[in-house]
Amino acid sequence: MSSTQSATTKTAGGGGKLHNALVYVRQHWQLYALFILPAFVLTIVFRYIPMGGVLIAFEEYNPFRGVFGSEWVGFAHFERFLSSPDFMRYLMNTLKLSVFGLLWGFPAPILLAFLLNRVLSTKLKQRIQLILYMPNFISVIVLCGIVRILLSPTGLINMVLGTNWNFMTMPEAFRTIYIASGIWQGAGWASIIYTAALSNASKDLKEAAVIDGANIIQQIRAVEWPAIRDTVLIQFIMSVGNIMSVGFEKAYALQTDLNLASSEIISTYVYKVGLLDGNYGFSTAVGLFNTIINVVLLISMNQIVKKLNDGKGMY
Amino acid sequence: MAKKKASAFAKLPAEDKTIMVIGYVILLVFCLAIILPMVYIVLASFVDPVTLQNTGLTFDFAKWTTTAYERVLSNSQIWTGFKNAIIYSVVFTALSVAVTLLAAYPMSRDDFKGKGFFSLVFMITMFFGGGLIPTYLLISDLGMLDTIWAIVLPGAFGVYNMIIARTYYQGIPRDLQEAAEIDGANEMVYFFRVLLPVCTPIIATIAMWNFVGMWNSYFDAMIYLNSASKQPLQLVLRSILIQNQPEPGMVSDMQSTAERAQLAELLKYATIIISSVPLLIMYPFFQRYFDSGIMAGAVKG
Repeated sequence: MSSTQSATTKTAGGGGKLHNALVYVRQHWQLYALFILPAFVLTIVFRYIPMGGVLIAFEEYNPFRGVFGSEWVGFAHFERFLSSPDFMRYLMNTLKLSVFGLLWGFPAPILLAFLLNRVLSTKLKQRIQLILYMPNFISVIVLCGIVRILLSPTGLINMVLGTNWNFMTMPEAFRTIYIASGIWQGAGWASIIYTAALSNASKDLKEAAVIDGANIIQQIRAVEWPAIRDTVLIQFIMSVGNIMSVGFEKAYALQTDLNLASSEIISTYVYKVGLLDGNYGFSTAVGLFNTIINVVLLISMNQIVKKLNDGKGMY
Repeated sequence: MAKKKASAFAKLPAEDKTIMVIGYVILLVFCLAIILPMVYIVLASFVDPVTLQNTGLTFDFAKWTTTAYERVLSNSQIWTGFKNAIIYSVVFTALSVAVTLLAAYPMSRDDFKGKGFFSLVFMITMFFGGGLIPTYLLISDLGMLDTIWAIVLPGAFGVYNMIIARTYYQGIPRDLQEAAEIDGANEMVYFFRVLLPVCTPIIATIAMWNFVGMWNSYFDAMIYLNSASKQPLQLVLRSILIQNQPEPGMVSDMQSTAERAQLAELLKYATIIISSVPLLIMYPFFQRYFDSGIMAGAVKG
């Protein structure tokens, strides 16, 4: 304790910035060596070293020669996939999946939150929430398993309709299946954040509105919508920023050989062409291209949030 | 309760009543859409496979059978899957919670020198990454292919969870820390004895997310693990539910291809139920932390 104090006094007396920093580090070495080190090492090893690995996007990668020994091909991989009609289709599939997913999937939790907020009995509301949140905990595989069972030619949906469509083999059905099952699974859970924002809506304001004879629509306009508008806006901008990062797991689990025309997206293509076919360089180039579009989108969306949010961005 | 509800409803103007009724109906439809498929799968899992395929669900109990459950439960691969999923999820949760909570502490302190640098290093990974192949090559070079480390280490530090924990720490009154420092407590003592005990809601929330996330994922296991003995539950489920390839022992005693196909279909129902039981048991425990989840989610916004 006493040595700490004397060090502090010395620093206060004179000595540069660097000296100050060194004294701080010596006093608080535990913060560096014990607290932040594990996270730092994991980040450097598993995040930054692979970033260096993107060099193979510009190489004809040969596993035996390694990243630095393989033949350099410049932008050849990029030229190849950017001029390929297949790639354009995968890009469009990815975009359509996320844009339509956003269009349908984004309003659903907001609607649920408004409805839940209006349920008069707290007990009933809690029971409904319990049901709505449950699908969120089902795994992607089980979800897609349920979807496949219900939609199989002899499954429940076909029995109800009296038909024997094989939905899983129809490219035109894939997006609907993907988006609808996404809403089924995620809308309840996603409504939590709006429910929380709605519960912050001033009770006084709402009571005043009721006394003034405002009906439900007017109350929503005057009290509830203003309470969640910012949340809605930020959630929306974040979703737009993530438009190119459609997850691999669910799309892959809903793919069949026959619906690939609409179900092959960039992330599944990167996996197949890279790990299954062994075209490491080409696959990395496609992945890098996707990442760059994503970064540009995220950064521009962050700028928009900053403008709207008094200089405070998401990151 | 019901009376109060009814009277509150009765007081509403007529047009509001209409809106309320429509709202309740939408909620009801949504809840039914969630429950009915689940109920259907539970019931159908007991129906004789031939009947199920030809006429669908039946309440003629003479046609019910537990054969699907017997076959799935007597298959060792399912149990191996459960065992591996528990190991991976528990190890991953313990590791990631420890690393994340530790890292969040210096990042929560205003006086931490180098905060800007570490912030930048961590934030960049939220935008940019090496992608599939470079990460795969790294895991391979490190000799971690087909080991548990390929599954639990790369994602052990989550920047997003760190931000949530950091924000939570910052909400803890500074007085606590000052009092501890006057008492001569160093960082370790303060962190473990003072800070962590008051942070249990956020710790539980992060632990729950990480556990559920690991339990439900299959991608990393699919690309990094080859041995059947190391597959987590989701991969075993994948071969039964998605690839239509039940574990060999489950259907091999059936004579015709048609019988095998019908049985394989029924096995899916039982598999879904069996694999969901742990989740249903844990659901009430998770539920306690939904509220802190809300709070943490609000950080994002």
